[in-house]
Amino acid sequence: MTYLIPPGTRDILPDEMRELRGLSNTLLQTFERFGYGEVWTPTMEYEDVLVQGDERAAGASYRLFDENGHVLALRPDMTIPIARLVATRFASAEPPLRFCYLSHAYRAVRPQRGQQREFLQAGVELIGASAPAGTAEVLEVLCAALDAAGLTRARIGLGDAGLFRKALEAMDVKLEAQGCVLDALEQHDFVALEAEVNELGLDDSKRDALVTLPQLRGGPEVIDRAIELGGDDISIAISRLRDTADAIANKGISERVIFDLGLVRDLGYYTGATFEVYDPALGHIIGGGGRYDDLLGRFGRPLPACGVALFVERLHVAQAGGERRA
Amino acid sequence: MSGPLRIAVPQGALFADTLDMLDSVEIDSSALRSNSRSLQFESDEVTLVTMRPSDVPTYVEAGAVDLGVTGKDVLMEQRERVVYELIDLDYGHCRMVVATRQGDHVADELERRLGAIRIATKYPRTAARYFEGSGRQAEVIEVKGSVELAPLAGLADGIVDLTATGRTLEENALEIREVIADCSARLVANRVAHKLRQSEIDELVEKIGAR
Repeated sequence: MTYLIPPGTRDILPDEMRELRGLSNTLLQTFERFGYGEVWTPTMEYEDVLVQGDERAAGASYRLFDENGHVLALRPDMTIPIARLVATRFASAEPPLRFCYLSHAYRAVRPQRGQQREFLQAGVELIGASAPAGTAEVLEVLCAALDAAGLTRARIGLGDAGLFRKALEAMDVKLEAQGCVLDALEQHDFVALEAEVNELGLDDSKRDALVTLPQLRGGPEVIDRAIELGGDDISIAISRLRDTADAIANKGISERVIFDLGLVRDLGYYTGATFEVYDPALGHIIGGGGRYDDLLGRFGRPLPACGVALFVERLHVAQAGGERRA
Repeated sequence: MSGPLRIAVPQGALFADTLDMLDSVEIDSSALRSNSRSLQFESDEVTLVTMRPSDVPTYVEAGAVDLGVTGKDVLMEQRERVVYELIDLDYGHCRMVVATRQGDHVADELERRLGAIRIATKYPRTAARYFEGSGRQAEVIEVKGSVELAPLAGLADGIVDLTATGRTLEENALEIREVIADCSARLVANRVAHKLRQSEIDELVEKIGAR
């Protein structure tokens, strides 16, 4: 007889499990070495708590009622649960606070290569350390974790959540028109972006700056290139990313970072730097994160914060892919 | 994701123009012109893979190829796939339209009386999104073959389909009522390749843009 399991979930058998366990331990040990203490939170949270952190509940997709009629949701990531934990259990603890986790999270996805409804995340949250130093620390830990996993070819895409909006504001673009341009950016549709920017009636230099800006990616020199293109309008918008670039250079990890002025991430709580992690063995991202300086404030403990999560199963695929090519 | 760039080339209506485009940026397409049954053609600089246009977003999203050429109609229909749309290749121009039977306004009449219009299409998600977006109710019926047949046989009141010249519509006594979008061939990139192979991809896009 065969009995089904829900699509996007899976059984893991001993050979794979041994490797996954090894990888998970490697990641956790790296996090601990940097002073990040492991925490464990419930798989399900009250939906209200997730909504407190993000109006779309950070993409929570599976809800159930408990025996009292309360709505519970399977956590879509660990960032909001840890914000709740800090506000509740560490209400008067002296920041900065450093936590790490190895946890399953749940999202509705179309099951396909590398995408699961239930997936394992390993990550860190650094609470109470502001940009740029806090951001650089999280990226340093991330690099160490990738190295420990043997993913020396992996690279980190670094962008800024507010960069494009600020550039539009500096150019006095009306709010409704900003929406159309930002939608195209979020869809990664540079053809539509150019069409929308053309509609704005800006002079040629501003027009060119907006069309080119999200396509700039590479070393820290892309920041100078952006300022060259957009002058003062861009210079103000990009100052935060420039500070981050300097802090990263001090950590000696610039080589691993791809500055990406078009990077957008779909979670509502990001406020500054945003990251994506890439490995040449895989067409999907293997991790992501960023700054969420407003999130803790929504739980009554305003503290700047930054975190990153790695998709452990995808890391494992990348490891296998790297070995195959080597 | 090392080695030569892998590019998906669409079979069908966009095939010939895509080969010309590749030649114009000094990517040798002669192997694909050779009538071979092979699907994959490797050279030192680039690997070309041929496939149905509607499969291109699948291969690109998964990173099985780094770049691909496909129609905007395909990208609209598979909007949830994460691919970077880099450039309008400016060939394969056509329009996504709503068409109903010529002359009579039977569709309007039916929509008024029954509150919904029946639409046959090969693009069910595009059609549903368009009617929802304009505040109208439509019953979208997916068909795989000649869509023009549906209103003639009475399966649907109208169709949503792609048309270049309008001739097929005309020959089947259909006429365009609304234009949903202008479509053309687009170059799309995998999200990871777009970052990790930035210089190669930017160089190619620049060459294509300057063509």
